[in-house]
Amino acid sequence: MSTPSTVTPTTTGAEPAGSTAVTHYVESTEKRRQRLSTGVLVAVVGLLLLILLASTSGVARFALSDAFDAVQLPTVDVPGAPTVLVCGVLCLVAGAGFISGRLRGRLPALAGTVAGVAFLLGFLTWAAAGRDLPFPVSNQFAGTLTLATPLVFGALCGVLCERAGVVNVSIEGQFLSAAFAAAVVGSLTKSVPAALFAAVLAGVAMAALLALFSIKYLVNQVVLGVVLNLLAVGVTGFLFDQLVQPNSAKYNSAPVLEPVPIPGLSSIPFFGRVLFEQSVLAYLAALSVVVVWLLLFKTSWGLRVRAVGEHPHAADTVGISVTRVRWSAVLAGGIFAGLGGAFFTLAATGSFSKEFTVGNGFIALAALIMGRWHPVLATVMALFFGFVTQMASQLQTLSTPMPSQFLLILPYVATIIAVAGLVGRVRAPAADGIPYEKS
Amino acid sequence: MTTETNRPTVGPQDRASGGLQLRGITKRFGSLVANDSIDLDIRPGEIHCLLGENGAGKSTLMNVLYGLLQPDGGQILIDGTPVHFDNPEQAMAAGIGMVHQHFMLVEVFTVAENLVLGREIGTAGLLNMKAARSRVRELSTRYNFAVDPDAVVENLPVGVQQRVEILKALANDAKYLIFDEPTAVLTPQEIDELIAVMRSLRDEGRAIVFITHKLREVREIADKITVVRRGAVVGTAEPTASEAQLAELMVGRAVSLTVEKEPAAVQDAPRLVINGVSVAGASGALVVEDLDLDVAGGEIVCIAGVQGNGQSELVEAVLGLLPVSRGSITLDGRAISNLKPKQTIDAGVGYVPEDRQHDGFVGTFTVAENLVLNSFDEPPYARGIALDLARIRSNATDRVAEFDIRTESIDTPVSSLSGGNQQKVVLARELSRPLSLLIASQPTRGVDVGAIEFLHRRLVRERDNGTAVLIVSTELDEVAALADRIAVMYRGRIVGVVGPDTSREVLGLMMAGVGLDEARTLASTATAPAKDEAPADDAALEGNRP
Repeated sequence: MSTPSTVTPTTTGAEPAGSTAVTHYVESTEKRRQRLSTGVLVAVVGLLLLILLASTSGVARFALSDAFDAVQLPTVDVPGAPTVLVCGVLCLVAGAGFISGRLRGRLPALAGTVAGVAFLLGFLTWAAAGRDLPFPVSNQFAGTLTLATPLVFGALCGVLCERAGVVNVSIEGQFLSAAFAAAVVGSLTKSVPAALFAAVLAGVAMAALLALFSIKYLVNQVVLGVVLNLLAVGVTGFLFDQLVQPNSAKYNSAPVLEPVPIPGLSSIPFFGRVLFEQSVLAYLAALSVVVVWLLLFKTSWGLRVRAVGEHPHAADTVGISVTRVRWSAVLAGGIFAGLGGAFFTLAATGSFSKEFTVGNGFIALAALIMGRWHPVLATVMALFFGFVTQMASQLQTLSTPMPSQFLLILPYVATIIAVAGLVGRVRAPAADGIPYEKS
Repeated sequence: MTTETNRPTVGPQDRASGGLQLRGITKRFGSLVANDSIDLDIRPGEIHCLLGENGAGKSTLMNVLYGLLQPDGGQILIDGTPVHFDNPEQAMAAGIGMVHQHFMLVEVFTVAENLVLGREIGTAGLLNMKAARSRVRELSTRYNFAVDPDAVVENLPVGVQQRVEILKALANDAKYLIFDEPTAVLTPQEIDELIAVMRSLRDEGRAIVFITHKLREVREIADKITVVRRGAVVGTAEPTASEAQLAELMVGRAVSLTVEKEPAAVQDAPRLVINGVSVAGASGALVVEDLDLDVAGGEIVCIAGVQGNGQSELVEAVLGLLPVSRGSITLDGRAISNLKPKQTIDAGVGYVPEDRQHDGFVGTFTVAENLVLNSFDEPPYARGIALDLARIRSNATDRVAEFDIRTESIDTPVSSLSGGNQQKVVLARELSRPLSLLIASQPTRGVDVGAIEFLHRRLVRERDNGTAVLIVSTELDEVAALADRIAVMYRGRIVGVVGPDTSREVLGLMMAGVGLDEARTLASTATAPAKDEAPADDAALEGNRP
């Protein structure tokens, strides 16, 4: 099949007489399918809300602060049934809009957003309506940031690798090795900086393996990534069984990162609790987003990274060493993956257990792709994943009539809606995953 | 056409020892000798044409010169001093710049980003894009290129992209500029502009190497011509040499540059009728819009146009590879729009795709297997679920003889054949059954001159059998040689249908979107009388036949 060609010749010789320079558009088959499936999905979700209406009773309460907060904010009461009804109808309308095909310009994105928000709000209202406990909104947001921290680091690692043209599906493996290194070194030294340093080293070491085999030996990068993940599971599992488990006091009791309230800012009602009482790693993640953005878009190195990810041959012809630039990007990515891995050990219990990064590396990868290989967008997507995961666990404590396993599906249903409405077509760096060989 | 008129006396550079010299450059790939002890003198203030067929070793030689490849033997001298390039960076530092055939531009970058890539302006690693933009403006003012530094390259027309590529070399102040097949993607008008640019660069005292296989351009622009065949220099020629002489030197034997053919015996009723067809590209943009065209049995209709004006999509829509959004396509009165490709083939459509490596054959399959790719599942080649290998082999032996396919055996993988013989395999397969319609896209792209002759003759013979033949070509010479009617395509529409003896100027203007009548007026006023063709566009117009 031919590539989409919108090439138009110059007409400097003579201006074309009455030529129509306007390009007309029709809906391609692919877009039509995408639009219809979005519409059906959104409409089904709307119907679901209307069905849930039958079991909605009483008032849903949303608590803006919890008992420990210095400033107590009121609890917002929302009438249960009417809210669910309105949200369900909004979803149905948005779905009908997609199916009718009459949405133009910015309207599809708007309809997608409305449907997403309406679904979340309607669902939360149903879950919280008539319960004894209010839904803790500030916990929800604070937890979102905490859960998103490693995802942000992982996504940044992926952004650096894939912008340079190396597909990295081994973020999970990098996380796991870094978490293990942080646990062991942290336990031995009782020092957080040492643990962080060890984690970064482990992340970079895994990155070096990825770089070595993908850049030097031109191994298929997806297969390689899977193998590296299995390697990390195997090695950490073996060392855990043989070394750490028998002597966990010595090897598996790393210091825990306490939340660091930022003086002043942390006492702002609601936002202070959410934004400014996080662990050092969360602040570091926010800083890293800015750093990666600056590196990629404002430095010579970043320009070269993006060039070798898009058209390595062109970079080669202007004297850039594709190999060296790719190596540097993958290794730099390893630093962030290492920090993300350290989070699992240091931000929670200070101890490691087998395979306890539970797929976060893959979620980071999803955030990266949905974030279109852009550090800021990828961070937004990481926050989104954090949000829905946190919500699922909050709802479990509300004792909703829904089985808890079903609640765990929620994040992914929401993902599909968000992707369909907000992201649309994604375009990867052109040379992503393609090894570069000098001809 | 002479080139001496506007050439200034070149100053001190014009010494005998000055310039760039290649001495005995040899480059091997395995057992293949791509460059066999090549000598070349490139002098400042001169346009040096390197003429040769595809695969003659021109690009290899230039890649050696540009440091992308390392020679196995020989020496490069600049102003008498031996130099050695391990990579393009060193070649660039020595003042060598290259305008690549496939532009070496990062498509999602802006012009300014592309210009500074590899030699970024800035302090402490931070990019100074403001300085980069003003560098683009400064250079494009100096060379009179209208290039917007903030334009994203993929949104620019091909001609402008090429200027960005030239600016990249000039930004580095290249003294020796290599243009690798620069005219392949340009309209005739853009080619004229490019030639003017090359002349002004030469007049500044730069040396220009112009790689091409197009004889017309060579004669128009060259100060010096070196002809390469099978990796070796076979001679030099003066720009005054005739096209036939140059062709003979290039191919190694006398070749006929025209296709001998009888007047078309056009059948009355059109066989292929394309009526108001629109086709959407991948982004949903209409790349073919409301297009009408018909082809009768016994005639060759050529679609001329610059690449990327919807020709490929139109052909793919006829074949059922792309959906037809609006309109209808009929073949012998039967609707064939939106059929599956297999059904279209069964309806009697033969297809020679433009990218034969990708769409024309399976490279790792043998000649014999490729020759039955469109019919292996039917008798006589299939018996139930089994293949009749004996039949397939005997078919292959026949076709190889009939089409003069030069191959070691019928069991040789097609990927190891030359471009011309690969194309013969594709054409032989398509012509091995009775056809109502034959579509050939760029039938002789990347094919040596000898094979071109043969392929053209077979296409004409198929026409004489009463088949409707539709050819898509960006080569005006080919269009003029084969067509009974020429349909010029621009931005997804047919600008006009004209006779085969329409002048190149008129065709060129039409390829840039100018309507037929206005193109004729412009061409007759603007054309210098010294051009090769007489303006014959008034004669023999048989377009818009019912």
